Amino acid sequence: MAAIFQGLGAATALSPSNCFDSNKLHYSSRRSLSGRKASFFVVRSDGSVNFASNSRAHRAQQVITNAVATKADNSAASTKAGHELLLFEALREGLEEEMDRDPHVCVMGEDVGHYGGSYKVTRGLADKYGDLRVLDTPIAENSFTGMGIGAAMTGLRPIVEGMNMGFLLLAFNQISNNCGMLHYTSGGQFTIPIVIRGPGGVGRQLGAEHSQRLESYFQSIPGIQMVACSTPYNAKGLMKAAIRSENPVILFEHVLLYNLKEKIPDEEYICNLEEAEMVRPGEHVTILTYSRMRYHVMQAAKTLVNKGYDPEVIDIRSLKPFDLHTIGNSIKKTHRVLIVEECMRTGGIGASLTAAITENFHDYLDAPIVCLSSQDVPTPYAGTLEEWTVVQPAQIVTAVEKLCQ
Amino acid sequence: MALSHLSSSSRSSTLLKPLTTSYLLRRPISTDSTPLTIETSVPFTSHQCEAPSRAVETSSKELLSFFRDMALMRRMEIAADSLYKAKLVRGFCHLYDGQEAVCIGMEAAITKKDAIITAYRDHCTFLGRGGTLLQVFSELMGRKDGCSKGKGGSMHFYKKDANFYGGHGIVGAQVPLGCGLAFAQKYSKDEAVTFALYGDGAANQGQLFEALNISALWDLPAILVCENNHYGMGTAEWRAAKSPSYYKRGDYVPGLKVDGMDALAVKQACKFAKEHALKNGPIILEMDTYRYHGHSMSDPGSTYRTRDEITGVRQERDPIERIRKLILSHDLATEKELKDIEKEMRKQVDDAIAQAKESPMPDPSELFSNVYVKGYGVEVIILSSYQLISILFFHDICYH
Repeated sequence: MAAIFQGLGAATALSPSNCFDSNKLHYSSRRSLSGRKASFFVVRSDGSVNFASNSRAHRAQQVITNAVATKADNSAASTKAGHELLLFEALREGLEEEMDRDPHVCVMGEDVGHYGGSYKVTRGLADKYGDLRVLDTPIAENSFTGMGIGAAMTGLRPIVEGMNMGFLLLAFNQISNNCGMLHYTSGGQFTIPIVIRGPGGVGRQLGAEHSQRLESYFQSIPGIQMVACSTPYNAKGLMKAAIRSENPVILFEHVLLYNLKEKIPDEEYICNLEEAEMVRPGEHVTILTYSRMRYHVMQAAKTLVNKGYDPEVIDIRSLKPFDLHTIGNSIKKTHRVLIVEECMRTGGIGASLTAAITENFHDYLDAPIVCLSSQDVPTPYAGTLEEWTVVQPAQIVTAVEKLCQ
Repeated sequence: MALSHLSSSSRSSTLLKPLTTSYLLRRPISTDSTPLTIETSVPFTSHQCEAPSRAVETSSKELLSFFRDMALMRRMEIAADSLYKAKLVRGFCHLYDGQEAVCIGMEAAITKKDAIITAYRDHCTFLGRGGTLLQVFSELMGRKDGCSKGKGGSMHFYKKDANFYGGHGIVGAQVPLGCGLAFAQKYSKDEAVTFALYGDGAANQGQLFEALNISALWDLPAILVCENNHYGMGTAEWRAAKSPSYYKRGDYVPGLKVDGMDALAVKQACKFAKEHALKNGPIILEMDTYRYHGHSMSDPGSTYRTRDEITGVRQERDPIERIRKLILSHDLATEKELKDIEKEMRKQVDDAIAQAKESPMPDPSELFSNVYVKGYGVEVIILSSYQLISILFFHDICYH
């Protein structure tokens, strides 16, 4: 108990970036880096949002005239320098930095080596690190995921790439029973510092089997952590954090976000795995989202702001465990929640989040939680039908309007 | 309990005749390491490789340690049977009696740097790797002093410091893990090998062939050992496999069929396999063995095979009896001495059970420990109406 209170005390004394909106938004972030000392500069994600905003959010800022929230100043973390890159390049940068730093890190997956990765995330790495560290596997997800887990049991830090997240269903047994549970069933003897990553989500007419959202299937597995990246900034940060974590982490990328461009810091940074990202502070309603839906939400936010609403948008990033601290503080302020996700309606991340919020913050809600998810159908091929299976900005606007009545 | 890890390959021996009786009567039974060469009763059958010689180098000390350790394992498994029937062991309990020669012979051929991974019939393998009886019985009864703190159970024995990687409940899933261990050994240039054990039932799993393919492609020091006890629970091997020559099913991977009830043959095969794997990549060993119990304690073991078959194997091929006959025929010990050893093992087992029964149940807080490893990150605190209790609870769930 003492340790937690110490943590509380210590965190409020942190740099201005942590408390930049403590007056305005009535919460102080009680965060402290646990355990190890960081020998590099850790940039707080909420402090750097504005600095690292992508083009769309930037446009949203310019449109605001009558919004209530003031944009927080750039945190101590922001630098005017930095370099621009695409999301898949950010992933690669994170991966490369970690492979340089720790010789135990290796990558295995289909076509990650000589081909350079089907989404170019591992391009060039095989030439640099050789065949033993960047391994091309045959098409055998069950076994190479199992091999990655076996290697992790001895202390190696493999990164297993599923060419498409949907293919990892073939390795579900390994991920659930061995990856998630071995630390527990061995009484703590083995740790599994593996990272399982790959693109998922609905793309552009890829068909039902290549448009799956696996976060809903994996979320019940005890012992794993799940994170979803959405910007080049958090992609690199989460990749690095996932590799350094002693726990098995599943990093969900999205097929349509690989070409997002953003300027990220030159200096080294990681993003905390269990932390949500404040995309746009607001007063009227809390919109919780992640991955690609963040961009649909921000598009809707533009329209909403023009109509006079002030939505608070949070990219939850950490799908397991949920960052109920950030989410809770937001709900206590706005009293209304809208969840926008790409998972199916039944048993998705939104469903779990709804349950978690209801359980913990019921007293603070002025209205029932609204959850917008994809339809419970296999993703059709036809473009128009595919559009209707996922949540569109217009639906988000309507939902907010109804919620705020 | 002493497990000897003599590698008789270190002895340069050209002896092919047994030692004379008169010489033996005078010296103490368990300390003589003079090499002895004994022929295996059944020759090896090989696939895509040259079978090793039938003449196995051993010693009096080694044979007696085989006897002692197998007697201990046999006692342990029978005691586990009684504990299960007394409802002190719950859930699943898969017993290894009859198959002891496989793990004993394997240990004699390798070191603790080599890794072993097996499925759920793991009590004796764990003991062979250096586990104690107390850890075994405590874990079976779900107590704190168990090797997995009581949280794993019969199917989840692990011993990291001895490179024993368990202990797995899902049939066949341990084989890709084992190939991953071999990959890590190659990656770190350990000069060690991994033995991935599986049964004749698991031999039909696709992931096995996937992992074998990758191991052969990447030249991994992986040795796949099929403990063929001829029954996949209630299904005989000829009903489950079109080709029950498991040692041949690696196709391009060499294989060796071994009499799994002969500890010396197992030792020879494992030695051969280790040398092969370090140079040439994966190899398959098929151990022709037999289990006396049913598949698990809930299986009587007699609905799909006859009692005559079981007693027949027990009379003709029992591994402990074989070693006993060898010891007696070479006059390495008297019958009384061997009986005393068995009594001593029985006592050790009884003492361990008594001690294990004294061991407490795990603390309730252990429910949430070891789910995650504490690492980087935010100390996420739930601010709920359950306030402090939730804070502590969540803290423990996440970081321990």
